[in-house]
Amino acid sequence: MITDFGYRGASNGKKVFITVALVVMALYVLLIAYPLWNMIISSFKTNRAILTTPFSLPEKISFSNFKTVWIDRGFSHYFFNSVLYTVISMAVVLLFGSMASYGISRYTYKMNTLIYMLFLSGIMLPLKAAIIPLFLLIKTLGLINNPFSVILIFIAMALPSTVFILAGFMKGIPLELEYAAKIDGCNDFQIYQKIVMPMVAPAIALVTIYNSVPIWNDFFFPLVFLQSDKVKTLPVGLSSFFGQFSTNWSLLFTGLSIAILPMLILYLFMSKYFIKGMTAGAVK
Amino acid sequence: MQRTDRSRLLWIAFFVTPGLLVVGVFILLPLFMSLFNSLFSWKQLIRLDFVGLDNFKKLFTTYPYHERFFNAMKNNLTWFLSTILIQNSLGLLFGYLLSRKIPGAEFFKRMFFIPVLFSIVAVGFLWGMYLKPTGLVNSFLKLIGLASLQQPWLGMESLATPALIAVNIWRWVGFPSLVFLAAIDNVPQECLEAAYLEGVGEWKLFWKIIFPLIIPSITIITVLTIIGSLNVFEQVYTMTGLDGSPNYATDTIGTLFYRTAFGSVDAGSPEIGIGSAIGLVIYLLTFCTSLISIVFTQSKEVQI
Repeated sequence: MITDFGYRGASNGKKVFITVALVVMALYVLLIAYPLWNMIISSFKTNRAILTTPFSLPEKISFSNFKTVWIDRGFSHYFFNSVLYTVISMAVVLLFGSMASYGISRYTYKMNTLIYMLFLSGIMLPLKAAIIPLFLLIKTLGLINNPFSVILIFIAMALPSTVFILAGFMKGIPLELEYAAKIDGCNDFQIYQKIVMPMVAPAIALVTIYNSVPIWNDFFFPLVFLQSDKVKTLPVGLSSFFGQFSTNWSLLFTGLSIAILPMLILYLFMSKYFIKGMTAGAVK
Repeated sequence: MQRTDRSRLLWIAFFVTPGLLVVGVFILLPLFMSLFNSLFSWKQLIRLDFVGLDNFKKLFTTYPYHERFFNAMKNNLTWFLSTILIQNSLGLLFGYLLSRKIPGAEFFKRMFFIPVLFSIVAVGFLWGMYLKPTGLVNSFLKLIGLASLQQPWLGMESLATPALIAVNIWRWVGFPSLVFLAAIDNVPQECLEAAYLEGVGEWKLFWKIIFPLIIPSITIITVLTIIGSLNVFEQVYTMTGLDGSPNYATDTIGTLFYRTAFGSVDAGSPEIGIGSAIGLVIYLLTFCTSLISIVFTQSKEVQI
């Protein structure tokens, strides 16, 4: 395109501008890549080596640190818990969220807008600010140290944006399809399940990424509700690990690598979907 | 007709009730309970007498509550202003450069988004180690011969909050960049080409044509920045600790709220009444400032 920033045919001033911009952007890339690289090499080094020769490569590659952290320090449990809680929460979010979106966007009735607004209010209200009543509620329900405490809250946290995104997509599906299905004898649930849901499949993929990344990363609610080691998630497990081993830098870097690398690897394979999904709520 | 109307309503109820129930119990009910709880005095987890607005009065006027509260608010304001000015301007610049297909745009786009996916906790602990007096940042300054610039970054009152904010910008700038990129990509290409062929300069092209057309995305990013700045917690918790050391220099409304609600280090036992009052202040601030910024930016919006 003629408006593109390229060196070919650009004036001298523009060439300088492009060069400066490229340098700034390359610096930021370095600032992203190097700390991650240093984290990985540090996890193979001894404490002494991390402090005395922080920039050099490890002398030998041994995975004993990884084994210690993954098995002895329980990171495999934390990891498995995080996967489990994220999958359960997202399954319920997708079911309840798509049903609510269907109920809001495919029927016309008086309460329609009010119900939609009730869901949307959750986007603007920071749930963290409600931690006191939530704590009292979870305590009354006897769910402290029970994974369902955070799973229920994760579901509530993700529903508003799910309804916001899915209802928007569902409004765009022509009603004629629904009439045709009705004549063929489908009831409303069958229309939802067999016609509307397959048509919004791309949007389902978007909301899945949009919500599962924050749920996977969430720290605040598991910190408050999951105190026993068996039920902790990866971020909370990482945090207590840092409390216990604050001087063993070699192990700490290993713990960080285990917390960060899975997401990085997943991203390298699916970067397009992650970018689209994570910005879905903010981009029309 | 009567029967079909009734079955239609039953179907609607069937579809919306499960979601509405979860949102009602875990989002809307706690909001009203915060308001309710803030009007009572508490002993640990037991609700005592109705005290009206006493908890708010205590929070705003009595030592040590008001000192901690306004100190934390000041830090949150610093977070908000720095994020708006530095992170979002950088995001706008990056988004613009990417949308104009600067060489390597695809690569940069993918790289910039990497830290956005990491948990704040992992990022906080990682940079917390790098910023220690014996950490990587100081080692690097020594390596390039700038040993005189070495600092105990997180241990100095004047530098701790800026260091935390810098780390947060490091993690998050890719997000506004790609939101702005998507917004600029939505501006019709013909408009830009026409202006370009007319000989409109780069500067004018951006401010007169692109900027007015991407105001909706600026509104969204501003609201997200407000919500984010009022919710700062993990960054402080992982890098300088729950009591916002050194000497409360990094304390925020989020950490103060947590300490008040659950009791720790300096606050002693939990204070549900005052805590609920702080929670309510967070709600109100989020709601009002978001509303103001939406109204303000919408008045500047234009359409083709």
